[in-house]
Amino acid sequence: MPGLEDLYREIILDHYRNPRNRGELETPPAHRAEGFNPLCGDEVVVYVDVDDDGVIQDIRIGGQGCSISQSSASMMSAAVKGKTVEEARALTRAFKAMMSIHENELGGDPDEPVEIPEGVTLGDLEALRGVVKFPVRIKCATLSWNTLSSGLDAVSV
Amino acid sequence: MTPSADHGLDVAAIKRDFPLLSRSCHDNPIVYLDSAATSQKPRVVLDSMTEYYETINANVHRGAYQIADLASRKMEAARANLADFIGAPDTREVVFTRNATESVNLVAFTWGRANLHDGDAIVLTELEHHANIVPWQMLAAERDIELRWIPVDAEGHLDLTDLERLLDGAKLLAFSAMSNVLGTLTPVRFLSDAAHAAGATVLVDASQYVPHLPTDVAALGCDFLVFTGHKMCGPTGVGVLWARAELLEAMPPFNGGGAMILKVTKEGFTTNEIPWKFEAGTPAIAEIIGLGAAVDYLRDIGMDAVRAHEVSLTAYALRTLTERHGDRITIHGPSEPASRGGVLSFEFGDIHPHDVSQVLDQKGVCVRAGHHCAKPLMAIMGVNATSRASLYLYNDESDVDQLSAALDDAADMFAI
Repeated sequence: MPGLEDLYREIILDHYRNPRNRGELETPPAHRAEGFNPLCGDEVVVYVDVDDDGVIQDIRIGGQGCSISQSSASMMSAAVKGKTVEEARALTRAFKAMMSIHENELGGDPDEPVEIPEGVTLGDLEALRGVVKFPVRIKCATLSWNTLSSGLDAVSV
Repeated sequence: MTPSADHGLDVAAIKRDFPLLSRSCHDNPIVYLDSAATSQKPRVVLDSMTEYYETINANVHRGAYQIADLASRKMEAARANLADFIGAPDTREVVFTRNATESVNLVAFTWGRANLHDGDAIVLTELEHHANIVPWQMLAAERDIELRWIPVDAEGHLDLTDLERLLDGAKLLAFSAMSNVLGTLTPVRFLSDAAHAAGATVLVDASQYVPHLPTDVAALGCDFLVFTGHKMCGPTGVGVLWARAELLEAMPPFNGGGAMILKVTKEGFTTNEIPWKFEAGTPAIAEIIGLGAAVDYLRDIGMDAVRAHEVSLTAYALRTLTERHGDRITIHGPSEPASRGGVLSFEFGDIHPHDVSQVLDQKGVCVRAGHHCAKPLMAIMGVNATSRASLYLYNDESDVDQLSAALDDAADMFAI
């Protein structure tokens, strides 16, 4: 049985208590995207500013939610800032691969290594790996990433 | 264990009636505090459904053979039982639906479409569950209908200051008898009388009321009463719409199909008598029989005793949680136990309700976290989500103590 220490790692609580890149950006030039978790009422707002070279110059996070959704958003913002849109998309795929083990393969081994796309490092985000042992919370962890994806889709069009 | 002196319920014995309450969660005995979402089911309810399937399973109202007749009689006996339980003068006034939500939708679709027109107004309250909001918004979107809202005050009571103005010219007042978020009991008789004086019809959402208080539709004075089976020790999949017979007679049918007709030709159909006019297709026979058994179970214990137990336990919970956790806990809703049910929505420090319920779950304590399908109310309360512990006849002071102790774990984990 997974214990709470698998879920509430210290680094997660740190990002929850001291969220990075919290706030808003002027739109335009930044783009604003909203995400909701209709089950629990959590909401996240992602402001993303992408320059002409496709580099994420700045990102800000708004909204409110639980420790998992907020820390995931905070770590995400730190991880994608300064990256290209393509790098951010690769990181998103890697993060969702890490989150999807149990979502897609019920009964799978949570300790099984995740296939991370080559050249992508999850860094601090690895701390969220324990979330897959609490399937109800996977949607909390992925909310900001799905919101970022829709924001980047709008920018890239 | 001897029954408590103040209300006479032998909760230890009642707990033994509910098989699920003997299980563990994460190696701790379960502490089930989510009965406002769904109640647990006593053995007699489960047995009644198994017995139906094992001995008299046949479709109702159609066969001439013995078990078809037995199944039909058993189902209609459950209807009479439900009618008696809520004080309905006429068994034909009890319509079986899938749940309370379908009951509201039935009224909105049939009575609403026949009686509400452009320029009419519907009055709701800010306490409502989405089930008593969205069906009216759907109707209002089709027609030029105004939705008006009775506000709630800071303690979660309805603010009736402007009631007369809100009801002026309204065709319908639809409101909850007890809030699923705050536990607030609303003045049903007073509101029904005020609405009738203004010429409006009255629908009461009694989903949180019928399971917990003695119910008498004549005393409540409403025209429609909706509730669901699974919150009152019955199975999922069966709900009830009660309405005065003359209203049901005048309403157009809901779903079309078998059982709701008297005659069908290529040219058209004539509808069956009430209540079958509203029960197209094979009903949830086993579940209806199970709900009848739940009513027997609750009646044997006594709804006055259930209510007295819950008032006493709610008072204990309000006192215990406040004494142990002080300023770090905020419990929403009326402070006076007699004016509320055992639904305790709370905030715990700045810990998100998801995180609170996650930590409690490790101790086997089951509480709900979220908006409780009442987003307009949550917006007025200024919160996105709350944790909610809700009490029923099988809960006792030790359940409250377990909740209170598990909250210490949450405080430690999040350093509040």
